[in-house]
Amino acid sequence: MSRPILEAKNLRVAFNGVKAADGASIAIHDGEFLAIIGPNGSGKTTLLNICTGYIRPISGSVLLDGNDITRMSPRAIARRGVARAFQIPQLFSAQRVIDNMMLALAAKDGLWSAIRPLETAERRDEAKALLELVGLDGDADRISSTLPEGHRKLLDIAVALALKPRLLLLDEPTSGVSALERFPLMEALMSALRQRRITALFVEHDMDVVARYASRVLVWNAGNIMAEGRPDEVFGNAQVRERVVGVA
Amino acid sequence: MRIILAAAAVVMLAALAFAAPWLQFVLTLAIAKGFAALGVAVLLRAGLISIGHAMFFAASAYGAAFLARAGINDLGLLLILSVLVSALIGAIAGSFLVRYRAIFFAMLNLAVSMVFYALCAKLYGVTGGTDGLPVPIPAVFGTVFAEPVFKSILFYLSLTLMVLVGLAVHRYLDSPLGHALSAVHSNEIRLEYLGIPVWAVLLIAYTISAALAGLGGAIAGFAIGRVVPDFAFWTASGHLVLIAVLGGIGGVPGAFIGALFLELLHSAAVTVTDAWNLFVGITLIVVIMFMPQGIYGLFERKEAQSS
Repeated sequence: MSRPILEAKNLRVAFNGVKAADGASIAIHDGEFLAIIGPNGSGKTTLLNICTGYIRPISGSVLLDGNDITRMSPRAIARRGVARAFQIPQLFSAQRVIDNMMLALAAKDGLWSAIRPLETAERRDEAKALLELVGLDGDADRISSTLPEGHRKLLDIAVALALKPRLLLLDEPTSGVSALERFPLMEALMSALRQRRITALFVEHDMDVVARYASRVLVWNAGNIMAEGRPDEVFGNAQVRERVVGVA
Repeated sequence: MRIILAAAAVVMLAALAFAAPWLQFVLTLAIAKGFAALGVAVLLRAGLISIGHAMFFAASAYGAAFLARAGINDLGLLLILSVLVSALIGAIAGSFLVRYRAIFFAMLNLAVSMVFYALCAKLYGVTGGTDGLPVPIPAVFGTVFAEPVFKSILFYLSLTLMVLVGLAVHRYLDSPLGHALSAVHSNEIRLEYLGIPVWAVLLIAYTISAALAGLGGAIAGFAIGRVVPDFAFWTASGHLVLIAVLGGIGGVPGAFIGALFLELLHSAAVTVTDAWNLFVGITLIVVIMFMPQGIYGLFERKEAQSS
């Protein structure tokens, strides 16, 4: 197997005595599309928060390309090529959809150029292309707070893609997206990830999405890994079917 | 359309001051306060209200007085150096103030400015106490002009700076850095996850806003010919916020529109009644209730309707 991009080792985190991570370790390798499933409140989002520097574990470490990033800020980790899309979309609500995109593109290549305007023809085209990818090209000039929830979610993913990450962490990418839009979104996302050689880790509750798109599945339960493997192996596990798939 | 309107307004101001020289002082002071209000408006974009920006206004005017006393007698040099003084103080104060938000930011700015005010008022031997310090008429390109001529030069210089600095600030606000500043108000978490250092974005904005207030303060010092601690008093800071809100923070011209409107209203109202604050208060109530985007918002709305 290829080298791991991201490794989390022996993580321990608890909130008011409830363990969100209890000595668990995970690794994600180049080119993988790793799905994390598990019951609500099992600590999946906490895992993403730890990996992106938003929460610091009580013990354990997170390595990116073998370098310790456990104590780094989300900003420092983002600059090392890790982008994140959130369960609740994190947007600049008062700004236009296209401005959200262009600011993300500028963050990657030219924030400190105070002379050039944010909107350049090149940046606008790039932003439009990404919006087209997620099906939001018609909403480019809308204020992002006026978008329906599903579209806000798509924009959040497009913003993360605009950072041209090596590793993308997606927290429930299809939640809030209508059933009709779910699979087209995932197809577009997968195509973008493959084209741009982006490795991805995603937390998901929709087992159809997981079964169809994940290259590997990890079952997270009460801060520990209950099962791990290819989707068919994991969904064939009786314990997983009983305790996670049935309630997920 | 917007550019034509702005150009027409500048030409009108220049013509007005030429036709009625007695208005030059009022207009110079309005532009000076417009610079300081623009500084406040820059921070308002990030949702940060500073009730202490008069400190930078005063610091720069004191800077000009001290520098003049030290023998520097050139208007251009004095302006540049006194703006640098306020920018430096802004960078130092901003380095810890921009870590705070909402009421804590507003109150800490107020507190710092009142410490500065107290120092200006109490350090009699240095600052002249409540008597303040004179800001002598400097030389312009090596020539010291008589007061009326100097005041005219100062007005037209202020008008020119209003256009040039206004364009520069517009460019800054339209740059990625300026958009990141507005984004602070919307979502700091997303900014961090984009790899953008919020603290640095705010510190740059704070330093720019202090420099703008400083530019206003230096011009006011030269116009009045004296700097007193009241320049830094908290009511002066509140006045700057009032101008910014009244004019509107949607664009650079808002601060200058607010300042010109308020100064002219003040000048007209004092000829009628001592209770001129009543007029100002009523105007502010009307603006907040019916024009939440300020006076400049009216122009923007008209333009949006016509396009």
